[in-house]
Amino acid sequence: MNTESTTQPVIQARQLDLTFQTNDGPVHALKDVNLTIDKGDFVSFIGPSGCGKTTFLRCIAALETPTGGTLTVNDMTPDEARRKRAYGYVFQAAGLYPWRTISKNIKLPLEIMGYSAAEQDERVNKVLELVDLAGFGGKFPWQLSGGMQQRASIARALAFDADILLMDEPFGALDEIVRDHLNEQLLALWARTEKTIGFVTHSIPEAVYLSTKIVVMSPRPGRITDVIDSPLPRERQLDIRDTPEFIEVAHRVRDGLRAGHSYDD
Amino acid sequence: MKQVVAILTVVAVIALIWYAACVPMNIKGVLSELERGGAEVQPPTASARRDLGEFGLVVNNTFAIPAAWEKKKPRLPSPHQVVIELWETTVEKKITSKRSLIYHGWVTLSATMLGFVIGTGLGILLAVGIVHSRVMDLSVMPWAIVSQTIPIIALAPMIIVVLYSVGVQGIIPKAIISAYLSFFPVVVGMVKGLRSPDAMQLDLLQTYNASRSQGFWKLRLPASMPYLFTSLKIGIAASLVGAIVGELPTGAVAGLGARLLAGSYYGQTVQIWSALFAAAILAACLVGLLGLVERMVLKRMGMAQ
Repeated sequence: MNTESTTQPVIQARQLDLTFQTNDGPVHALKDVNLTIDKGDFVSFIGPSGCGKTTFLRCIAALETPTGGTLTVNDMTPDEARRKRAYGYVFQAAGLYPWRTISKNIKLPLEIMGYSAAEQDERVNKVLELVDLAGFGGKFPWQLSGGMQQRASIARALAFDADILLMDEPFGALDEIVRDHLNEQLLALWARTEKTIGFVTHSIPEAVYLSTKIVVMSPRPGRITDVIDSPLPRERQLDIRDTPEFIEVAHRVRDGLRAGHSYDD
Repeated sequence: MKQVVAILTVVAVIALIWYAACVPMNIKGVLSELERGGAEVQPPTASARRDLGEFGLVVNNTFAIPAAWEKKKPRLPSPHQVVIELWETTVEKKITSKRSLIYHGWVTLSATMLGFVIGTGLGILLAVGIVHSRVMDLSVMPWAIVSQTIPIIALAPMIIVVLYSVGVQGIIPKAIISAYLSFFPVVVGMVKGLRSPDAMQLDLLQTYNASRSQGFWKLRLPASMPYLFTSLKIGIAASLVGAIVGELPTGAVAGLGARLLAGSYYGQTVQIWSALFAAAILAACLVGLLGLVERMVLKRMGMAQ
């Protein structure tokens, strides 16, 4: 049962290409990207700036349109998947509306999608609990710390219960202690909700700690240099970072990044 | 407290300069009056006085300085004369009196408010159009800017004449002139406000597959509120100017503009200055009132901390 459900592909990219036309000529943001993400995977995209990791995530979300190759999300085109609200997206900044309370912020997608008032309240309570913010619904964003705001934005992405969660450096602006804590919480949340997660990060420990699959990318043109299926168990504590397996995976990621010659020029 | 001290200091400095300026401005007339009354003034002949210049007259006739602050029909009335006139024409006159500044102020205020409402409504509508339509963005904005380069004093008589010929008169022409002045800051502020959400915010709505109208009501409009209030404060002051200007070319018998005009016909400088101050006080009250509304609304929205 379990093996069957984890081998079902949710996102498939074949020879994906994306070239931006800019004033300084074309920029090859993605070149020949092949990747399959299965249901229930936690996939991290890691690489230096300009390697196309965010661009790839935005392609999945249909916020960018590839110029070549094929990309399917839930066996649909990304745009169809977006229209069916197949994913929740978490940006680097929490981006909560300052004129809405936390509850009202989480209700935003629910209002847009036309949920009934009763169901909105129910779902808000549920996701507030999930991100450990129960009791903070009536607060305004400026009354919360940066980490709590980011958790609220995750709750907002979870509220309409899409199967896929796309996260673009969600903890990039937070300090390391808060980040560790949120990483732990995110893993617990992933275990409880069984979502498929795409996660962009700059941090090697974060990528290795969180992921079942680590995609190492390099720039100019943006491409995948290595895909690592993590040998670590799905359930992990923070101290797994001191185990030899963890260090070995981290080492392989670092090698992959170096192989991309990303910092040579 | 600090602010009060600062404001009072500035007021005191202005009053001081004002009193000082009254002396040379009024000295010639004062000396003529004193001479007629039998006083000895230096130099004794009118032609010699004309040649001496104001400062020379002041130096030679220091005894006349207090009289320069009390002269009737002065070139420059002294502050207390203006204050007394303001007091007499507001508190001591019945509101229904044609000499009551409250009556005249109300006439101007009603045109101001109507013009402000029209101008604000028009401004918001244009801004919404500009933000949502590329064609309007390219076509309306240049004309809005051009419209503000025409001196309103040149345009106001035309508006009144044209409207009169189609049978519209009274408060409407004045309101239209004040709307003409007040729509512009609202357009500029609202366009900026409606465009203030960043790319990430718009992307977020895209991920929800939100419609354009949902984006407008849920994101753009609330985000534009602080900008709107800033524009409204500029707009209402412009509205008042428009209403007063609208009263000038018609020979209107009521309104602060009419008061200014009548004052200048009959050399009633005290009346002109008091009408001027009434207009300034009115504008300050309107802007202050909008500031209060702004604080209340933004607080309710959770945007003021």
